[in-house]
Amino acid sequence: MTTKSYTALWFRHLKTDWFQLRRPPLKDKPFVLSISDHGRKLVAAADPKAESQGIFRGATVADARAIIPGIEVLDDIPGLSDKLLGALAEWCIRFTPIAAVDAPDGLLLDTTGCSHLWGGDRPYLQAILTRLQARGYDVRGAMAGTIGAAWALARFGHQAVTPEPARQREELLRLPPAALRLEPATLEKLQKLGLVTAGHFAHMTRSVLRRRFGPQLLRRLDQAFGREEEFLQPLQPIEQYQERLPCLEPIATATGIGIALQRLLEALTKRVQKEGKGIREALLKAYRLDGKIEQQKIATNRPSDNAPHLFKLFELKIGEIEPDLGIELFTLEATKLEDLSPVQEELWAGDQGLEARPIAELLDQLTGRFGGQCIRRYLPDEHHWPERSIKPAPDLSVKPAIPWRTDRPRPTILLPQPIPIQVTAPVPDYPPLLFRHQGKVHRIKKADGPERIQREWWLEEGPHRDYYCVEDQDGARYWLFRSGHYTGDRNQQWFLHGYFP
Amino acid sequence: MPAANADIIRQLQREILPLQGFKPPTAGKAVDFHLGPIAAAFPNQTFPTGAVHEFISHTAQQSAATNGFLGGLLAPLMKNGGACLWITGKRTSFPPGFSIYGVSPDRLLFLDLREEKDRCWAMEEALKCEALTAVIGEISEIGFTGSRRLQLAVEQSRVTGFLLRHAPRHSGTVASVARWEISPLPSEPEEGLPGIGFPRWQTTLLKVRNGRPGSWVVEWSAGRFQFPEEAVQPGEPLGMPQITTLQTHHATHKRLTG
Repeated sequence: MTTKSYTALWFRHLKTDWFQLRRPPLKDKPFVLSISDHGRKLVAAADPKAESQGIFRGATVADARAIIPGIEVLDDIPGLSDKLLGALAEWCIRFTPIAAVDAPDGLLLDTTGCSHLWGGDRPYLQAILTRLQARGYDVRGAMAGTIGAAWALARFGHQAVTPEPARQREELLRLPPAALRLEPATLEKLQKLGLVTAGHFAHMTRSVLRRRFGPQLLRRLDQAFGREEEFLQPLQPIEQYQERLPCLEPIATATGIGIALQRLLEALTKRVQKEGKGIREALLKAYRLDGKIEQQKIATNRPSDNAPHLFKLFELKIGEIEPDLGIELFTLEATKLEDLSPVQEELWAGDQGLEARPIAELLDQLTGRFGGQCIRRYLPDEHHWPERSIKPAPDLSVKPAIPWRTDRPRPTILLPQPIPIQVTAPVPDYPPLLFRHQGKVHRIKKADGPERIQREWWLEEGPHRDYYCVEDQDGARYWLFRSGHYTGDRNQQWFLHGYFP
Repeated sequence: MPAANADIIRQLQREILPLQGFKPPTAGKAVDFHLGPIAAAFPNQTFPTGAVHEFISHTAQQSAATNGFLGGLLAPLMKNGGACLWITGKRTSFPPGFSIYGVSPDRLLFLDLREEKDRCWAMEEALKCEALTAVIGEISEIGFTGSRRLQLAVEQSRVTGFLLRHAPRHSGTVASVARWEISPLPSEPEEGLPGIGFPRWQTTLLKVRNGRPGSWVVEWSAGRFQFPEEAVQPGEPLGMPQITTLQTHHATHKRLTG
């Protein structure tokens, strides 16, 4: 088993740093953020210049003004630190897939097996810290074998990296009890008893410690020394099927993106293939130099492990990725997977029907370009009403549950809306003698019908339809219907609904 | 000497035809369309599959007739379980209407695209897909270049393409193997039975590459194309498409008098 490695980051002036970034003039003068509490104004955060004058969190604004007369007082934004930490943790995903927010002012990263990509623990941590510092954050960090130790060393340690467990323990024992994430009441008690470093009480009998300070102290001690496992709450649930491609040089061309994509797809499909699965949905994320993330998503109609096909789908979208200054990291994630039933290679390719793989791939390409709504396949539905007699099929593999009916004539062209026509129909329940449509009189020479189709009363109200197939003097065949019963004088109840071949 | 020349010409024709897209069907893959005399109008006396056919229609009635005739062509093509992609602009085709032609409507895939440009692109991509049996595209206005692209796609994949051109503004040259026009004809009711008889169409081949254009009366009955005995069978090459209307009149006249 590999040894675990965690990195804790501590933002000492998270909120004030952010304010300084937003308003550069604040860099040169001390300022505090204030909140109202029971009618008084309290300092919620103070910048390093104010802190050097003795203004700390929790002091009243009036005191701060007394110490530094011209101090700038700004309103605190509630929930700001959570938001900032969330964004920073997301940004840290470029260093490790498992990043967690450690409220109120830190981040915890599970960096197990990540640092070798940066050439070792020290350059790795240095990379994280310098990049965050370059963005303007006052950050301290430490890497250790447990979450507790990393947390303690980031806040109270002298050395940034303490890789060896033996040295780590020694280092921890020298730190004050506060480094163990204890309750203020416990800390006070320890202070009163003169136990000012962890080393003073770490070797005491467990039962004694439990009796005096409660179980929390023991738990924290165990967590720091790795006797008890502690878990992170990752910001993003761990994606099982994800491939990452960090780029040495930022990529800013479509060709470059294409090559990166091909590599990622090959790696991902290879992995997916081994597990007998196919990709239904995939998400490509491109992390840009300026911190923005470009995303493109594709979906397939059936699980696919065919890298060239998936690439073809992404290819249509490469143009939509804006590289700006360049992309430094690509991640490709299969967001939806399905079991892929192994197909026997066709000996003679030919009419393979709808299940053929090339058809699914063609449809993927079409839906990728035009959207999923434009492709339809129909199955018979158990309704006589013509508009309801077919229903869209959910996917390609569904077979009709009932056979297609051929006993009743149905037109090959059905108008989406029946068109009202004027007819001359002298005898009730007989086909009309002639009808007028688009200014042309059609004399009916032959007719079949009527076929009465009732409206399904449990679905909608309305009159029934009596359908007639008629043929006019030119030989064209139509599907007409009379809505409701014959009433004699009302002419508007006849409709043209379709054309027969 | 003339006999030898004729031999040489026939030999050359046999070599040229495959180059022009009339590849003889692979063994065991030949499809019988029951096209009778119409098949004779094509080179090799076979209806060319793996090519692009063009159907012209001017009215909704003609479109419906074209759909019917197309159904009759699709049924033998798709009888081994093949699938067909139908690219439409405004969908009016009603799938259940095709079941009487022996086409299983659930194997028709409809793709609705409003833009003609998109339809052209989709048709070209679809024609490249070898697993499809046929692709039908409702593209009214297509230039020579566009149709040439379709022809090239088809030569690779051997998919049969049908271009449905409804009321085209100009009827310039299109790289299709044949140009059809199907018009409805009055049906002949069966002896002693009232009502409408089997669907009957005036099938006109306006253009055939290396073939003889003509016009025929076709009826769909008993699950195949039939060529009614009593209807006029032209047989002779047809020069002008106006014959369509002449024959319609003739048939109407005959029915009224007879």
